[in-house]
Amino acid sequence: MPTPLTTALVACQDCDLLQHEIVLPKRAVARCQRCGAELYRNRHNSLESSLALSLAAAQVFVLANCFPLVTMEIQGEIESTTLPQAIWALYQHRMIPLALLVFATTMLAPAIEIGAILYLLLSLRFDIGRAYFAAVFRFVTSVRRWGMIDVLMLGVLVSLVKLAALAEVIPGIALWAYCVLLVLSVAMTASFNARDVWRWSRERGR
Amino acid sequence: MTRPHKKPLTARRAGYLVCPSCDQLARRIASRGLRCPRCGEKLYLRKPRSVSRTGAYLSAAAILYVPANLMPIMHTSSLLGAEDDTIMSGVMVLLNSGSWPLALLVFFASIVVPLAKLLSLATLLLSVRYSWRTQLLERTRLYRLLEFIGRWSMLDIYVLTLLVALVQLRALATIEPRPGAIAFGAVVVLTMLAARSFDPRLMWDRQGQP
Repeated sequence: MPTPLTTALVACQDCDLLQHEIVLPKRAVARCQRCGAELYRNRHNSLESSLALSLAAAQVFVLANCFPLVTMEIQGEIESTTLPQAIWALYQHRMIPLALLVFATTMLAPAIEIGAILYLLLSLRFDIGRAYFAAVFRFVTSVRRWGMIDVLMLGVLVSLVKLAALAEVIPGIALWAYCVLLVLSVAMTASFNARDVWRWSRERGR
Repeated sequence: MTRPHKKPLTARRAGYLVCPSCDQLARRIASRGLRCPRCGEKLYLRKPRSVSRTGAYLSAAAILYVPANLMPIMHTSSLLGAEDDTIMSGVMVLLNSGSWPLALLVFFASIVVPLAKLLSLATLLLSVRYSWRTQLLERTRLYRLLEFIGRWSMLDIYVLTLLVALVQLRALATIEPRPGAIAFGAVVVLTMLAARSFDPRLMWDRQGQP
């Protein structure tokens, strides 16, 4: 095993320049001197606020998947769909790779992200499940970039406009849930970052 | 002859490896098989086989780009008749229905971004292959932009998913997905994988070398 170093040095992931870490004021960003990549931020988050955010995100995520996204009424016929139903419709049209892609990016990856972050934070907060901590951390780091709830939201917006030409469309409960989830997940992404997680871990003597 | 004072101090020169998951630095005490002392991630000096992997993903994406744009992604049948829509004709439908800001958005996400990704990643690959020394900063910024905007091309896939689920009015209109959409989804995923496997540090490695 290589020996861990003091945190005094930081290397840029984009151009490899080795630099001395500096103490940042609140909410400031440290950038690479050579290529301008973001090195780290001082977000001054607490473990408790991150935990609260991810608990809220988990609940809203369940709501967002259980209620209809969009309801459409045309000459007395009413059609509405939840996200899982929409994915199932793709599957029934024999578009299995497409159904899998949409499932993975809008349901699986976000669910894994929220679940794994909850596990990590609860593990730190109550000092449990230490054995899998590093493995879960690596897993969530590689999975989270495949979550595309923000893109999905824009997609819903575009399809609302497309459908408005055809019928009367009513945004469903899930659409509002996704809007809330989007705000929560932006806050969660900001608060759950490698630097803070390992700082909390260090502070708790792990 | 080497000129040490001209070479910037990189992690590589200082004998460190950088963890891609948690940013931890680790001493390069062996040439291979090292893991991050903090999170256990596999450590490499540079992303493994970066150029050939990126090239492979990129070629696959370029090939699929043709059917993705030429083949219909959806089929609409209504009282007025049936028609197949490609990505581009979908944009035209939006434009004709008077919502030009959305048409512009979809045009950008579905047509400009995938093409720009293919061309720019190819340029970045060439720049590493032939060791270009200029525009390092611009090329690194281009790479960061590519990583950031790549996912937004999924927009059309999600629009299609919702339309297929909602427009199933037997008497009036139905919308069905068509295989072009699979090709398009594959292009998005492949270009994202290509961007992930490219290592921008390869561009900087030449700096300061004779």
